[in-house]
Formats: sequence, structure tokens, C-alpha cells
Amino acid sequence: MAKYIGKEMSRVDGVAKVTGKAKYAAEFQVPNIAYGFIVQSTIAKGTIKTIDTSEAEKQAGVIRILTHENAPKPGPKNSSEAKPETGSRVEDKSFRALASDRIFFNMQPVALVLAETFEQARYAARLVKVSYAEEKPSTDMEATKNTAFNPNPERAPKPRGNPAQAFASAPVKVEAEYTIPIEHHNPMEPHGAIAFWENDRLTIYDKTQGVFTVRRHLASSFDVPDENVNVVSPFVGGAFGSSLRPNYYPWLVSMAAQVLKRPVKLIYTRQQMYTGNGYRPHSWQKVALGANKNGKLQSIIHESVNNSSTTEEYLENITNFTRSIYACPNVDTPQKLVRTDLATPCAMRAPGAVTGMFALECAMDELAYAVKIDPLELRLINYTDVHPDSNKPYSSKALRECYALASEKFGWKNRKFEPRSMRDGRLLVGWGTATGTWGAFLQSATVKIVYKADGTALVTSGASDIGPGTYTVITMIAAEHLGLPAERVKFELGDSKFPRAPSQGGSWTTASVGTAAFEAANNIKQKLFDLANKDANSPFKTAKIEDIELMNGKLQLKNNQSNSVNVADLMRKNSLTEIVEQHESKPSPERQKYATAAHGAQFVEVKVDPDVGTIRVTRVVEATACGKIMNPKTSHSQEIGGVVWGIGMALTEATEVDHRFGRIMNPNLQHYHVPSNADVLNIETMFVEEDDKIVNPLGVKGMGELGMVGIPAAIANAVFHATGRRVRDLPITPDKLL
Amino acid sequence: MKPFKYSRSNDADSAVKTVSGNKSAKFLAGGTNLIDLMKEYVERPDELVDITRLNLAQIKSANGGLSIGALAKNTDTANHPLVRQNYPLLTQAILAGASAQLRNMATNGGNLMQRTRCQYFYDIAMPCNKREPGTGCGALEGINRIHAIFGYSDKCVATYPGDMANALYALDAVVRIKGANNQERTVPINEFHRLPGENPEKDNNLQHGELIVAIELPKNNFANKSYYLKVRDRASYAFALVSVAAALEMNGGNIKNSRVVLGSVAHKPWRSTEAENALNGKPASDATFKAAAEIALRDAKPLKHNAYKIELGKRAIVLALQRAMNGGAA
Repeated sequence: MAKYIGKEMSRVDGVAKVTGKAKYAAEFQVPNIAYGFIVQSTIAKGTIKTIDTSEAEKQAGVIRILTHENAPKPGPKNSSEAKPETGSRVEDKSFRALASDRIFFNMQPVALVLAETFEQARYAARLVKVSYAEEKPSTDMEATKNTAFNPNPERAPKPRGNPAQAFASAPVKVEAEYTIPIEHHNPMEPHGAIAFWENDRLTIYDKTQGVFTVRRHLASSFDVPDENVNVVSPFVGGAFGSSLRPNYYPWLVSMAAQVLKRPVKLIYTRQQMYTGNGYRPHSWQKVALGANKNGKLQSIIHESVNNSSTTEEYLENITNFTRSIYACPNVDTPQKLVRTDLATPCAMRAPGAVTGMFALECAMDELAYAVKIDPLELRLINYTDVHPDSNKPYSSKALRECYALASEKFGWKNRKFEPRSMRDGRLLVGWGTATGTWGAFLQSATVKIVYKADGTALVTSGASDIGPGTYTVITMIAAEHLGLPAERVKFELGDSKFPRAPSQGGSWTTASVGTAAFEAANNIKQKLFDLANKDANSPFKTAKIEDIELMNGKLQLKNNQSNSVNVADLMRKNSLTEIVEQHESKPSPERQKYATAAHGAQFVEVKVDPDVGTIRVTRVVEATACGKIMNPKTSHSQEIGGVVWGIGMALTEATEVDHRFGRIMNPNLQHYHVPSNADVLNIETMFVEEDDKIVNPLGVKGMGELGMVGIPAAIANAVFHATGRRVRDLPITPDKLL
Repeated sequence: MKPFKYSRSNDADSAVKTVSGNKSAKFLAGGTNLIDLMKEYVERPDELVDITRLNLAQIKSANGGLSIGALAKNTDTANHPLVRQNYPLLTQAILAGASAQLRNMATNGGNLMQRTRCQYFYDIAMPCNKREPGTGCGALEGINRIHAIFGYSDKCVATYPGDMANALYALDAVVRIKGANNQERTVPINEFHRLPGENPEKDNNLQHGELIVAIELPKNNFANKSYYLKVRDRASYAFALVSVAAALEMNGGNIKNSRVVLGSVAHKPWRSTEAENALNGKPASDATFKAAAEIALRDAKPLKHNAYKIELGKRAIVLALQRAMNGGAA
């Protein structure tokens, strides 16, 4: 019987977070600190002609103002491929600010004011005068779609079958275009860092999803070995992908600290977060579905175009899951990007998947109405138990069970098929469904466990916890398999001095770092077992390691717990105060024989005001199948949060660009609408657990992104059912329903 | 933000005197809008006179109506028994605005003084005649989904964004103002805010240094039949796309007296006396409401991205009048 795994546990860092003891990057106390404030460009494209810092420099407290004219330059040192004007390196193309006089996007940093206080820096920053040779920016992807291209055509998957021919000859056809505007992550904690140098060694407290990524970025920028850079990031106040890449501020703050020879703190304002840490790109999609009259898919052609910057080629993997989610013999999924004079996009919760599944699952709904088949039934008709590209079976796939459970709970069978056929008083009621999916990814990860004779353990790994509950779940896994009470196990993360872990992205942390913790704990058990068997009187002489468990400070036989050895005694006898185990886990070769993914089914009710077009998501029932649920409490939080993100994407969120200026005009939380509490009504999340030891020994699949993937489509489909209106351009604001 | 001098005033006269004596001084009350704008370098006062300790927070009966102190908090005003009983339209309008936290800080006088939410006004890198006369209007040919359909000029298409004032227009409020030399004057609410014309930098007709001390509401017979409808992009904490303050007084089956005020459609709350005239004397039917709504929006001139406001405005007026007729219930 598991003591912790699969049981609800409150966050082990919860008290620290609500009492302020948990330190976020910019909260570390460092003596003699200087404050930076970024001056941003007011044009989107062109060249800086002059920067006049004279008035700003006169202000009280101002220490130094760095611009491209006086700031040290990052690489490249010996490379012809990298771009000096963006400061990019061959192996790390991310944008580094103040590298040149070129402007690549609006609100690009053009100066960094350093002062004794934040307010002094901010005020002086307003007084820096910049003149430009301005060029006409191109930021409207919809207007320049004809320039779209695929930067890596050789990597693009080949069409399956003959999609064009199959579509042409299909008796039923659905063809539609969908757009999603730029969206921003908007975590609560603004991005920020504190950096200081001790000789040629750099320490940076940073908000990041990956301490090793930032370490490499900075080591490469300063041409120092990785081990000279220490990145510390114990707590992250939300990130959602916006801290997967290094962003431009770690370079700026570290460079400033080097120039001033004193610690520097730099924090984005909310406005600066709209060009300083990436965003979900604008996307256009076209879906063509060809089917038999009975709804069986014959052809799917799903095209996508997303905007990128001029400095990097960011191709969002939008159509990926279209290849796998339905049985269909003929599929093509071409992806392209358009260069725009905007900052580079990046991963944002369920990147590509939620975008692509919005279009595909809305198109499936359109097909359901074309063939007059219930939308859920249509999905079951096209269900697949294998990945149609490889024909490999899924290691586990309980999507069918998710459909059944969630539809039953929702009451889907009472749905009337015709649009505008259900009402609540004067409100139009709509019920919609969609499918969600995400990968069951696994990365190599290393965990170190120090098991002490006093019955405590310290577990470390350079992982990140941006909110899903990583501190808690790794503590649970280690406690379970070390046989210790959870309160005697301490897990530390977020430090590049710790053993290497993957960045927290892709929903792979619990699977990857958890597996390493599990295997490291097992190795400690093995060491103790071997130690016990050195003794001639060991009760385990004839036992195998599989027969042994580590529990309550004892090594014992599973089927005869009175046959045991007290671990503390055993260690004392061997003059050991601690046993140290550092272990790297790797995906098994077995995984390669299978397709792996997590799935979910979403059912949504909306109520639409027929007069003024306001939409309320009154009910969401979501069932997800993502392997073993380690901690139901934090797991439900992840799925509920995913649903809320889906509501925002469907109904409220949009970053608005004035294309005349190439400038984002709503970079704040009053104009950019994330859902408010009042927008979030009944959400019920359920899990269909899968017993899958192929994905990894713990049977864990990711869930942090999965929960939102089908939601925007389910809402849009529900709005259609309520109103008879297909809105294919998100967000669905009231004006679009008049 | 720009460094500024801060002082706290203990009496209204000296507060008015101090601000009157310095062209770039401002009063500081709840600060919910002013401080944000200072951080963005949109507002750049060099002196703030904190008036939150002045004795101007009472809400009391006066002349058969109600006198509401300028420094009464929005929350306290909305929940005051006399307001809830006699002016439920005002309660609804205040509670439709901002968030509970903001309403707890924001004062009534400050609410009248809040500035537009035009995106170009908020961004000092962008042209804006309201923020910086002579730089042009960024929104006129730009992003203008939330902008005006009435009364704008080629200098400015911004809207007055608030909710409370829309109700005050419907309730014939009078703004009591203290000026230099201890003089008080009163201004009818519909003469308080301005249209942008050639001077969009002026939101209202207050002289520099003048202080709002109270908002006075005359007695009326709308309490049983009024409704504040706010249509917005999310359920809370968003400014209106269109809002309607509607009030009816009945004489048997016919409308005796009425109010129709649209919010977020102009540089000031937009009362349609033509629509009211179309309602008065008529039976309270959907046909009457629709006819009045058509009249209210008849002269609207949309910009590129806000034509929806015309249809939305009509529908919102009808719905608000229906709900007013229904006793103010949704």
C-alpha cells in the first residue's frame, strides 16, 4: 500500500509561499545593489541615430547609462554564422540587447539606466532621448501570408497517403480558416534577476524554468566556462513557457553587474513583459476534412502559418497532433512561418497543440453538422488505437474511457443536435465537445539523494517548480521509496550547482525527475541491502532485492516484515553517517516500440445572451488520461488551471498590435483580458488512470498543458450550438455575435 | 515617475489654495488612476496634495435628496442604505465598475475625474492630443474598438470610461465645487464633462485648483424602475464596451418620465433626451423601447473598429429598459 503516491498532499512549499518566506528571484537581499531600468525603442524597425543621455545622467542617484555605444558586447568571437547585430551565437541564437544600433522590434531595449534606487532609475529612463532612422515595419502577418515559408522543409513530415486526391473525391467536405491572435503568458511574477560577479564567477538569481539553459546562455555570452556561472531560481511565480528561453534581461543584468562591479537588480514592468519574454504567435490555419457520408475521415489537410521575428525562425508545431489523433489514411500537415518586425515568439502553455486542436476540433464539429452525426459519435467513429503514421500501438490510451466518463457526467446524451435548440430563460444554451492531447515526454534527469543515519534525506536536482507542485511530488516519490515520513525528506531544486535536470516545460518534469528520484531511492535500498548482507546474520541472505522494502527506517521483507534490519543501526555499525546516491535516469529502449501520449475529453456548456452577445462558460466537465496520478490535489489544480487558460484563449485574450507602428497597444492587465474570477464558474476535472510502466517506471504522463488543449475548441463549438454562429477567429468577444 | 512634493492637507481651503498656487500640482484622493498614470509617466505632477483626511466623506439627506461627499469611498456609497433605497441605479453602476479592492480605495470625486482608457493615451511613445496636445490622435485611424461613436473630433476619439457618472447623469446630479477664495459653486452633471473639440486635454470644466466637495442628488421617482446594464468583454474588471443607465417613472401603463444614458460611447456620458422624449407618454412596450433605441443611436458615427457599438447600443438600451420596467432585476 502506497503511503504517499496517489494520495492528496498539500504543497510542501505552501506555507513558505503564503508567509513570504519563499524567495522569488528579485527578492534576494544582496548588499550594495544597484537598480536597472530598461529604456525601450519607440519604433519597430530602423537604426538608432543618436542617444542623448545627458539629462538622464544628471538626475539624482544615476550611476551609469548603458547603450549599444558603450555596453560590452556579447559574442560572437570567432563565428561567421552568428549575427553581431543581435548578439546571437551560433549555438544560442537568442537575442541579446544593446548589441548594435539596429532595431528589430518595437519596445526593444535601447538603453539600461543604472541607479541607486528603482524609482531613480525609472525616472531617469524617461529622460533618455533617442532618435532613429525609421523604416516601415511589417507586423501584420495576415497581410503578408504570401511570404510564408518553412525554414526546415527537410524536417517536415511527409504527407500520409494522397490527401489532395482523397479530399477531392470525398463525398463530404469541410473547409475552413481559423485565426488566433498573439497571446501573452502574463504570469503574476514579473521577470527579473539579481546578478553579481566575484572575480570571473557570476551568480544570478533568476526567474527561470531552466537554470542550465540560462547558465549556458550566460557562459556563452561572457565566454567563461559553465561552472563559472551559478543560476539560482528556487521559486517561480508562474511562467507558462515565458521563462523557458533565457530572454534578454539575464544578459543585460549580468553585463551591467560586470560594468559596475557591483550587484544589479533588473525587473520588467508589466508592459515590458509584452516584448521581453516571448508570446504565443499569431496563427492562421486552414483545415480541409474529407469524409464519407457516415463520418469516416478520408482526408485531412491542415495547414498552419505563424508569425516569427526577423532575428529567429520560430516555427510553432501547430499541426503535429493532427497526424495522430484520428484514424485517417490521407493526411498532410504543412507548417510555415512569416517574418515580422516583432520580438520572437516562444512556447506558451500547450504550444502548437492548443492552437492546432482548436482548428481541427472546430472543423470536426463542422463535419459533424455536415454529416448530421453527434460530435462525440463522430470522434468515436474515427478513433485510433495506434499512431497512424507509425502504426505503433499506444503504450496506453484511455481516451475512449475519458469520452465515456465525461460525457456521462456532463449529461451529453440529453443534448439536442440542432443549434439554437436549447434555452435557459432568454439565454441561449450551447453544449460543445472537443478532444485534448499532449505528449507523454520523458527526458534524462539526474537526482542526488543524501540518506542520513538520522532518518532524514536531502534530495537535490536542478529542476524547476513554476507552480505545478514539483517540490511536493518529488518529496512524495522520495519519501515513498526511501520509506521515510515526507516531513523528513527535503527536496531542493532551482540551482545550477545541483545535478542536471531538464527545464520545466513540455509537462515532463514529474515523469523525468520523478523517475530519477525513484531509481536513486531504489539504488539506496540496494546499497543498504548489500550492506545488510555483509553481516553473516543478515535475515536477507536468501532474499532478492525485489522482495525487500525500505519502510519506517527499516529494511524489511515485504511478505514478512518481522524480518528486518534497522537502517540507523546498520549504518552506525558500518561507521556511515550518510549514503549518497547520484543517479541519472534515461528513457528506456522499450518506449521506442510504442507511441506515447496523454489524452482528454472536454464537455462545455455556455450560456449566451442573445441580445448583447455576452458568453458565460457555465459548466466544464473534463476527463483526462495521463497515466498515474501522483498527487490528486495538485493534479486537479493543474487541470482546472488549464481550463481557465482555455476560457481566456477562447473568449478574452488578444494582444493588439497597431501595424502602423508595429507596436503592441495593450501591454497591461487592464487592456489585455485574462479571465477574472467571475468568468470562471463550474469546472469539474476527472482522471482516468492508466497503468503504464512503458512510458516510465512511475507510469506518469504530463498533465500541465493537456488540460487546456481541447477547451477553446469545445467553447467555440458550444457557442455554435447555442447561437448557430461559427466564430473562427479568436477570441469570441460579444461584438462578434451581434 | 517624476519626483514630486507630497503634503497632506487637513482643511479644504488650504488644499485648494496649495493646488491653485502651483500649475502642476494635483489633489490625491484614492489614487487608483492617478498613481498608475504617474508610473507610466502620463501624469507628471510635481506636487501632490493628499486630501484623504478632509472631512468630505459624509452621505446625508439634503433638500429632500441626498448629498454624497466627494471623499466617500465608492464601496461605501454603493452600499449606503439611502443610496440603495432611493438611488439603486447608482448602486448598480458603482458595483459594475472596477474591482472590490479598487472600489474600496476609489472616491466619488476621483471617479468623476478618472481619465480615459484609450490605449494611445496610456503609451507615451504614441501620439495623443489628450496627453500631449499637437501630437495627433493615434486612435482615430488606429485601434479604436473601445472608442467613441458620438461627439468626437479629429483631435480625439477617446471615451469617458466610468460607470458611476452614467448613473449620475440619469439622476440629474449636481456637482458641488470649491474654488479659490473659499468660493463654492455648483455645476449640473451634464455640464461637468466636456466633448474633446479642439482641446481634448481638458476632460471637464473644472478650473485648476478647484476641488469637488460633494455630489448632490435631487429627489426622483425612478427608484422602482431603473437598471444599469454594462456590456463588457469579461464578466468583471473590464471597462464597458457599451453601458446603459435606464430609468422609468410610470403613470398607469404609460411612461411619465424617463432617462436613457449611454456610457463608453463618447468623451462624456451620453444622455439621449431625444430617446427619452420618444419614451415619455408612451406605453412601456418593447416597440416603444426599440423606437427609442433607434433614436438614441441615430446620429452615431462609427470609427473603423467600433461599428458594433451602434447595434450593441440599441440592444443594450432595449434590454436595460426592459429590466428597469421589471423593477431593476436581471
